[in-house]
Amino acid sequence: MAFFVFNHHHIIAPTFNKTLTQSDWLITYIWRVKKDGRVDVIVKNLTKYYGRQKAVDNLSFEVKAGEVLGFLGPNGAGKTTTMKAIAGYLTPTDGTIRVGKYSVGENGDKVRQLIGYLPEHNPLYLDMCVVDYLRYMARLQKIRADKINDRILEMVNVCGLEGEKHKRIGELSKGYRQRVGLAQALIHDPQVLILDEPTTGLDPNQIVEIRELIRRIGREKTIILSSHILSEVEATCDRILIINKGRIVADGTAEQLRKAEQGGSMVVATIEDADRNDVVRTLQSIDGVELVDIVKDRPNTVEVHCGPGVQCNRDIFNACVENHWVLTELTSVETKLEDVFRELTK
Amino acid sequence: MNVNLQILKKLHIAAMPVTTIAAQEFRSYFDSLMAYILLVLFLGFSGTFTWIYGSDIFIYGQASLQVFFSVAYVTLFLLIPALTMKSIAEELRTGTIEMLLTKPITCRQIVMGKYLAVMMLISTALALTLPYYITVAHLGNVDHGAVVCGYIGLLFMSSAYAGIGLFASSVTSNQIISFLTALAIGLLFHVAFGIVGHQFGGIVGQFCLGLDMNTHFDSMARGVIDSKDIVYFASITFIGLFAAGKSLESKIA
Repeated sequence: MAFFVFNHHHIIAPTFNKTLTQSDWLITYIWRVKKDGRVDVIVKNLTKYYGRQKAVDNLSFEVKAGEVLGFLGPNGAGKTTTMKAIAGYLTPTDGTIRVGKYSVGENGDKVRQLIGYLPEHNPLYLDMCVVDYLRYMARLQKIRADKINDRILEMVNVCGLEGEKHKRIGELSKGYRQRVGLAQALIHDPQVLILDEPTTGLDPNQIVEIRELIRRIGREKTIILSSHILSEVEATCDRILIINKGRIVADGTAEQLRKAEQGGSMVVATIEDADRNDVVRTLQSIDGVELVDIVKDRPNTVEVHCGPGVQCNRDIFNACVENHWVLTELTSVETKLEDVFRELTK
Repeated sequence: MNVNLQILKKLHIAAMPVTTIAAQEFRSYFDSLMAYILLVLFLGFSGTFTWIYGSDIFIYGQASLQVFFSVAYVTLFLLIPALTMKSIAEELRTGTIEMLLTKPITCRQIVMGKYLAVMMLISTALALTLPYYITVAHLGNVDHGAVVCGYIGLLFMSSAYAGIGLFASSVTSNQIISFLTALAIGLLFHVAFGIVGHQFGGIVGQFCLGLDMNTHFDSMARGVIDSKDIVYFASITFIGLFAAGKSLESKIA
């Protein structure tokens, strides 16, 4: 037994300066990645039936090289199916997927070497220790034998597995297992990363760390990530794709989606020492105001909906001054992505 | 020359994932105690019945390994399904197959790797019975050719059962079902075809006798290697592995 332990330490001897922190490692890692070419992903008319049930319906989208795409949708919308198809695990019923210059159907092995994939439930060999597992995955990715140890060392550092590297995967907590999954997805330094719900089951600190990691890696790699945590997608992704029942229902940045859903902006104003009806009538007459609503249970507060591109805060203030009303609150309200999501996937 | 090197290079690239999987699988047999249990059972059974109990070597009074070969023939028939039942079924159950198949590997290479691992373990088990051979060689005049043929016969027979076992393992994610399926298919070749063949005459009988494993194994254990027997064992292996590959491919369609 002692021999084996010694052996493991021997294999990845920490020859680097111990004072390097995890973020230093990340920076050197990203700097190295920068030299590689970027790869885009094009999905065209993807359709997938499970038996007679249609899981994905004529889906077409593009992910530009270096972009981080967030995949949103309710359960069963076809997110996982689409990601599995891109990773080459499922054969689509119809449609084509290109990764860089290769087609998933024709040059499957080339595509698989370009892609790093973290499946939804992150299946791992629980009997293996972390380093052995990463070595196995590295060999399967056909990494040159003399580079394997360096890559494992790098992944252990990038993913923060330093203290866990000789533990059995079965002994690790969910957060650490997720890091192992991420490490195996990154081990061959892929140009495209596909992460199916990478932060499920993590505690809030780990979520922030993994998110940070994804964002940093995302600067130089093409990433497709799915999630049902909207704030997460908003925080990490350049672009959001919402799908429902196998079809795309929205595509754009978080900002664009919010605007498209809402049209204009909304202001909440609390006006005291005034007659409610007077307030509504006066505000309604301001140019650009489309609708004035009284907020339930707060008699002095109104919601003012403005037309697209109109800022009516000044006009509301001036109207109050003219009528000697006391303005105690004036807040611009942004539509939440949650509302957009709920509206689109109803 | 250049062309030959190219072919070698291509072969090397194709073999790499197979050897990686085989090495990992072989290691996992030892990590999970599976290998030790199998070796102890195999050596225990074959040793007991060869040397100590029943119609053992001393009853025959001949310096030959016939007894060992027929005992090993039965023992391996039971142990190989136990060895292969986990091979693919476990990957299907835990979902790790998804990790494997999103690497640059084909279903066929996975099946080949698992097959090689099984054969490596069986070879280890057989190699550990070499002391029997040395002992018997000290007791009298052994027909060395017959012994070598017998060992080759056991390897061929194991290979056929490994093919069947891997196929059974690829159709289900349940290890028990996989074990029983392998045993059921194995019984056909081990017993059923023989019985039917002896009962019926004519073409049907001949055909069934041709499929019976005993017929083919006995001639090998007696020291005769016939191309007919080799073709027989090789085809069962090939059909088993091919079907396993196909059934694995259908899982991801």
